[in-house]
Order: sequence, then C-alpha cells, then structure tokens
Amino acid sequence: MREVIIISGKGGTGKTSLTGAFAHLAEGKIICDLDVDAPDLHLLLQPTKERLEEFYSGHEAEIDGEKCDGCGLCATMCQFGAIRENGAGFAVDPVRCEGCKVCVAFCPNAAIRFPERHCGQWFVSATRFGPLVHAQLLPGAENSGRLVMVLKQQARELAKARGADLVLCDGAPGIGCPVISSLSGAHLAVAVTEPTPSGRHDLERVADLCRHFQTALAVIINKHDLNYEEAARIEAFCQAESYTVIARLPHDMLVTRAMIQGLVVTELPETDFSRELAHAWAKIEALAGLGR
Amino acid sequence: MIVAVASGKGGTGKTTVTASLAAVWDGPVVGVDLDVEEPNLHLFLQPVIAESAMAHMMVPEVDEAKCTYCAACSELCQFKAVSVFNQVILIFPEMCHGCGGCMAVCPGKAISAGQRELGEISWGQAGDVGFLSGRLRIGEAMSPPLMRLVKARLDQILAETGGDAIIDAPPGVSCPAVNAVLDSDVIVLVTEPTPFGVYDFKLAWEAFAPLKKPLGAVINRAGVGTEAIYRFCREKGLPILAEIPYDRAIAEAYAHGRIIATVSPSLKQTFVSLKGKIRNLANQIHLQAAAHA
Amino acid sequence: MNMVAVTSEGPSLDDQIDPRFGRAAGFVVVNLETMHTQYIDNGQSQLMAQGAGIKAAELIARAGVSCLLTGYVGPKAFKALTAAGIKVGQNLEGLTVGQAVQRFNDGQVEMAQTPNRAGR
Repeated sequence: MREVIIISGKGGTGKTSLTGAFAHLAEGKIICDLDVDAPDLHLLLQPTKERLEEFYSGHEAEIDGEKCDGCGLCATMCQFGAIRENGAGFAVDPVRCEGCKVCVAFCPNAAIRFPERHCGQWFVSATRFGPLVHAQLLPGAENSGRLVMVLKQQARELAKARGADLVLCDGAPGIGCPVISSLSGAHLAVAVTEPTPSGRHDLERVADLCRHFQTALAVIINKHDLNYEEAARIEAFCQAESYTVIARLPHDMLVTRAMIQGLVVTELPETDFSRELAHAWAKIEALAGLGR
Repeated sequence: MIVAVASGKGGTGKTTVTASLAAVWDGPVVGVDLDVEEPNLHLFLQPVIAESAMAHMMVPEVDEAKCTYCAACSELCQFKAVSVFNQVILIFPEMCHGCGGCMAVCPGKAISAGQRELGEISWGQAGDVGFLSGRLRIGEAMSPPLMRLVKARLDQILAETGGDAIIDAPPGVSCPAVNAVLDSDVIVLVTEPTPFGVYDFKLAWEAFAPLKKPLGAVINRAGVGTEAIYRFCREKGLPILAEIPYDRAIAEAYAHGRIIATVSPSLKQTFVSLKGKIRNLANQIHLQAAAHA
Repeated sequence: MNMVAVTSEGPSLDDQIDPRFGRAAGFVVVNLETMHTQYIDNGQSQLMAQGAGIKAAELIARAGVSCLLTGYVGPKAFKALTAAGIKVGQNLEGLTVGQAVQRFNDGQVEMAQTPNRAGR
C-alpha cells in the first residue's frame, strides 16, 4: 500500500484541482482530504456521507462565575492573554485559550472548569471516484495535525479493508503541523508550484521540509506559461536537488470551468492539459512504486 | 490603525493586496508579514533589511539536583513536554507551548526557562514603507508562538513611529489565521469568485465575524466564477471594498514580481480607493462606538 | 518481578495486539511468574493532541513493567521507554496478547535498538 500526498507550500497553485483529477485517473484507491482547515476537494467530488464522527482534541478553560471571586491570578498567569475582566469577574476567551490548564491548576477557588474541546467533525463518504475520508475543523480551531493523523489512520484502515493499494491525499498549504503530519508515512510527496517569485520561494521551503522528514519529492509546475524565466529557475532548483519535474502544465481556464461545473478537469473533453495530466499521473504511479 | 489582510483560501491575493496597499498608502505605514510559514511580502516590497534576529520561546530546563521526581510538572503539562516517571524526568522541548505551568508548579523550583528556536524576525524599510516579517524555522511545527513575537515587535515599532500597519496574514481559518487578525482594527478578506474561493470565504466569515471587528471583502480575479460570492456578501451585509478584474496581464505582472498597483493608473486607482474604504470602515465603527458611549 | 506490557485491543490474553503504542486501546500487563494479568485502559489518549506515546510510556513505567511488546513505536515514545529502562519488542501485530507473550518467553522476540516508526 502506498501513500501519495499532493502539497504546495504556496496556496492557490492548483493542488486540489489536480488531486481531484488524479482521483479520477487512479484506480483502486482511497482518497483523503487532509486540508482540514479549508477543505475543497468535496466541491469536486460531491461526497455522500456514510459515516460522521465528532472530533475532540485537548481542552479549554471555562471560569464558573459563581465560584470566581475576582482575584485575577488566572489573568496574571495566562501566557496567552486569554483571560480578561468582563465586569462580572474574569472570563476566558476561547479563541485565545491554549488549553494549557495553568489557570485551572492555580485558581484558589477551583473555579475553572476544563472541558474537552470540540474541534470539528470527520467523515467517510462515497464519491464517483471511490471512498473519500475528509473533515472540517470548526472555524478558529487549533490545527495541531492530530485530525490529519486521524484521517490518515482511517484511510489506511479502509484501504486494507477494501484491498486498495493507494491512499491519495490532498494536503494543506504551508509547512506547519498539519503538513508535517501529512508527510508522516507518505511514500511520495508531489509539490504543485507556479512560476512566480512566491511559488518558487515557497516550493524551496516545502522541499526543505520534505528533506528534513526524509520524504521523497516530485514537482509539478502549474501555470507554466505565466513566466518562462521563473519556470526555468524552478527547473534548475529541481535539477540541483534531484527532484523529478513530472509535468509542466499550461495556465488553462479549463480548470476553473470544470470546478464551476463540479467536475474535475479530466472529465471535460480531452485537451493538451488533461493529456499532460494523465502522463503526470503515470509518472507518479511509477515513482510511488505502484506496480501498475 | 492595524489592517489585517486575510482569506480562507490560499492564493487569492493577500500578499498582492498588502503590497499594493502599502505602495499607495498615505502616511507612515509598516507592511507586516505574519504568514511566517511561507512569507512572501519581501518579494514584492523588496525592503532593505536593517536588522534580523533569531526568535526563541521559553521551554523547560530541569536542574536534576533539585528535582524530587514528584511529577507535579508532568501531571500538569497538557502537551507532554515534560514527563516524569519513577526516578526519571524527560524534557521534549519541541512539544512545549510556552505556558510556564511546569516552572510555576514545581515545589522545588527545579525548572527554569531554556530556549527553543522558532525562526527569525527581520525589519527594515522599503522606501517610505516600513517592513517587518517573521520566518518560521523549517521543522518548527507551530506558527502562533513566532507570530506573537512578531506582533510584539510591531507594537514596539508603532509606539516609536506612530502610523498604520498592514498585516499579510496566513491563509486558512484555524489558529494561525485567527492569531494574525486577532489584534487588528479592521479585517479585509480577499477572495476569488470560484467555487473554492466562495466556500473558503464562508468559512473565513464564520471564523472572523465573531471577533466583532469591521470586516470587508476584496474580490480578486473578478469575472471568473459565479455570482455566489456577491450574493453571500449581500446576505451578510459585508461591504465589497474593491474588485480586481481577472486579467492575464495582471497575472503575468504578479508572476514577474511586480506590485500590481504599479501596473496601470486604473489599478493604482483601485487600491487608492480601497485604502479610502478601509479607513472609512474602521472609522464607522469608531463613530458607532462613540455614539453609544 | 518480571512484568511485561502488551498493547492490546482488549483486557485478555486472547485479545489481538493493538499495533499502536501511544494510542493503543489499552495495555495488558502480565506477571511472567504468575501469568496474572492486569489491564490498563488507554482511552484517554484519544483526546490528546500530541504526546500520547510519552504518556503511555509513563503509564507502563509506573506499573513496574520491564518490557513492552507492541506493533510500532515512535521516536519520542522510544526515548521515554529507554529512559525508563523498558525494553521494546516491535512488529508483533497480528498476534494475540498471549501469543506475543509466549514468543517472548521462548526468546523469539528481538529487542529493538531503534523505533520502527517515523516521528510526526
């Protein structure tokens, strides 16, 4: 069983649109949307939810107004500025609360509760391309990467149960906890970039992250024709670091037209773009060691 | 005034808008890059960096001579940065969130503050525009600790120079994005009218509206996509502060690292007008607050 | 006193090994001299955003265990287990708790020098 994750560093390079197309092209796979902060893959795949689970992670502090005598020790000790006076005493701002328990431990009146924090929901769904494991964090929730690990675990179990040899993941932008968790146990990361100064800069950082965590990396240059000089610089970088450039895709409004119709680009009549994408998928299968 | 430029979806044009606003701003202004995972503002503002400093956060360090292995620290720590069992105490500094609980609870004062490197903070000037940025160390998982330090530096800078700040926030709607906008006076949400843009914009609205700050939208790549974004903004009473049309020439200018407010007089005017509308939005709330006082 | 902890899906020797350590459903602690078993439930680990492996190491260390039999262990948990003087037998998923203990008693389980799972 192989795990392939599509990442980007920079947002907006086309990661989700391409993952959707790969989900169409690939056989025998479980699809997973690991961008739990702002998931979009479901907009292309129109999932029918078959299973829903609540996701709880960590705790948050809540001051019981009846027991609080207004001493303010909690506010003094809170390193995150989460506790403020509110006229009636002190109150915890859940947006700022880190769930560290310091206020709970030091309150002289034991006036602070510490309930579990409801952070979101995750789902196992059916789609026209196969099973999809996905989630939605509640807006503002902590994104420690724990939910990403839960989804990966579910996807792997589902792959085992259904005899699928591939888990194909849409990753998150950036280089923080969720991306780090996404890379854990992945056999291949495919970075989608664009030939712009930001695209190149962010690719270099996410490539560095992959190297740090010893994850194999291949690159797709999307919107290739926006700036040929910048594209050449990216190619030179990939050459120097031995990252395979598996596709150079033209900037094509086709991707957006497909998105508006709730389709992936390979479901529209064939073009150079979709042909190039099919070649890219074949290369991904080869690089990931999927014997097909 | 502190303006935060945020979005739900990545790649909608936050950095584009931040750089262009800074370029047309009247009065002292600092461009702040709080997208510490993938900072891009410097690529457009091209600042001369005056100073760069490593940023650290405090993590536990134990003096085992004083430790009695009572495990009070280990019991309190929600993040398992400190672990005590039998006659062993282990520190995992990369797990620490910096709450200071272990140091405070230790009866023998055996735990003191060590350091973990978070990344780098730099500041300088890009012509008339001040510049401040954080850059997360590769492998550092959490961005909020570094973001807090950048914000603290911003407070220092604004205290010295007065003026406004325009913050380039990270994408998304979870803790890093909320952290970036939390202490601003007005939030500008940049989106595109595509289905992904609209969906993520709704998430952003759900995340940021409860913060009760003046909120306005900028529609980038207008003309590509559907009417859904306009319907949503009308429904929620969200003012659309500017529209930047989809134009291949703009995309290419951006791809060449240009600040798009400099591409044409009409684009410059778009941002000058945006600047005015942002100021009005911030002032309206002040007037409302004053009227109720 | 010779005590072994086995990560388990349930409290008995007939239950399947839970391949995970940090977020295992629970640990069956076996006294190898008497074959008496005790079950430590690990359900609380599901709520932890991070550090479940370290916490699990604390739990079994306090139970006086000298060896762990499991599927896989991450680097931080491995560090904690090593600090506790607990030897680690990995890659035992697919067996029941009882079968794993039998193999261990027969000297067929190699003690790991390094964790077999990448960090997160």
